[in-house]
Amino acid sequence: MSERNITTTPSTSRSIKSALLTLLVALAQVISAGVAQAADEYKTVAVADPYLEMHTGPGRGYPIFHIVDRGETVEVLSQRTDWFLVRGPDGKEGWVDRAQMEQTLQPDGAITAFEEADQQDFTDSRWEAGLLAGDFGGANIISAYGGYSLNPHVSIEVWGSQILGNFSNGWMGSVNVVHETWPDWRISPFFTLGTGVINTSPKSTIVQGEDRTDQIAHAGAGFRIYATRRFVIRAEFKSYVVFTSRDDNEEVEEWKAGFAFFF
Amino acid sequence: MESRIRVLFLMLPLAALTLSGCAATKNLFGGGKESAPPPAELPQGQVIEPEVERREVKEPEIDTEDFEIGAFAGILSIEDFGSDFVYGLRIAYHVTEGFFVEGTVGQTEAGLTSFEILSGGAPLLSDDDRQYTYYNLNLGYNILPGEAFVGEGRAYNTGLYLIGGLGSTRFAGDDRFTVNFGAGYRFLLTDSVAMHLDFRDHLYDIDLLGEEKTTHNLEAHLGMTVFF
Repeated sequence: MSERNITTTPSTSRSIKSALLTLLVALAQVISAGVAQAADEYKTVAVADPYLEMHTGPGRGYPIFHIVDRGETVEVLSQRTDWFLVRGPDGKEGWVDRAQMEQTLQPDGAITAFEEADQQDFTDSRWEAGLLAGDFGGANIISAYGGYSLNPHVSIEVWGSQILGNFSNGWMGSVNVVHETWPDWRISPFFTLGTGVINTSPKSTIVQGEDRTDQIAHAGAGFRIYATRRFVIRAEFKSYVVFTSRDDNEEVEEWKAGFAFFF
Repeated sequence: MESRIRVLFLMLPLAALTLSGCAATKNLFGGGKESAPPPAELPQGQVIEPEVERREVKEPEIDTEDFEIGAFAGILSIEDFGSDFVYGLRIAYHVTEGFFVEGTVGQTEAGLTSFEILSGGAPLLSDDDRQYTYYNLNLGYNILPGEAFVGEGRAYNTGLYLIGGLGSTRFAGDDRFTVNFGAGYRFLLTDSVAMHLDFRDHLYDIDLLGEEKTTHNLEAHLGMTVFF
């Protein structure tokens, strides 16, 4: 019996090893293919201004160390915030800001335009995700959410929160429907209704109490404020009813603020 | 006589057929250059056609590198519980050249308090409760971007940034609301690989040793991140 084990174990490990090796080789091939493909697929633009200024880093303070003359083409290697890493005809690489990049020409002669999220996308975008923190009936709350817009006015959101109090901790998950009355305003007010579950457990230093999971329902209102790019500032108030197994339902007020991205 | 004329008339198309056959074979063997159609030299009025072809070229997308992901390792000093090795993960999203948002998770293990060592009595916490894990969500600002020069011929982009935010720390059997702030130094080895040196203070309230107090838990770590 033991002999059998000894003979089978190495062969199994060998087959796993060979499988892993095959996987690694395949992965390496995929990566090298990806790199090779990426290497010759950079967007090229032609300089239309008298010259294009290359900075040593992606920021306003970094000095200009090189220029590319009008009529020459550059390859756009990557983008970081509002800066573009470009490679000039002489192989030099440097960072160019958005304003200058928008003065270059594409191969078909059209002016280069970069997709930049604006307030219109703030209104029309489908997906949104964010982080908020605040006060939940005297306890601290940290929340994350993801939302999907059915139309500019109505969206559905899924929330997950961690509640950190002096006497108890807990988590909460909920589903909301959000209605924005004026979604095209920069400061857009909204109303929300939802339901979910809350779990509370007393802190370990407190002897009494037990873990509870209860259903909740809530109504609330707040603002989504368009900040910049894909950035939204959000603040809201929600009033919760916790359907406890005791005689009385608990009511909790929540104030939160934070930020979100739309995409 | 009549039949002879008929034969002649028959011969004519036959000859034509043979000739055309010869021409065909000539073409087949590449000798028929003179009979090939004229090259596609379009008159001046027809320059529209190449433009249409150009529009079909799909422009490659520009690779955006606003995200930064990496790992770190260092030392975390837990108030009353000594200092220990800490390690974790970090992800950041650069919103503008100045501002970024960041999430970190880290883990360490608390040592013994001085009292536990001196008294030699029963430990305050079980081994499970000595596990110290945290997560933080921070807002950061690149306050002093710049360059560092190594030797005479090398320049690297660097940046000093400040961070502040909140999160939760699980320690001694409970989750605790944690505020953290600090400063870091980013040293870019290439345009997309960075080394970090970070100093942070994690603050939370704890009542483990009798009365509730706010503790400062100082962390210093070295990290490596990649922009993608």
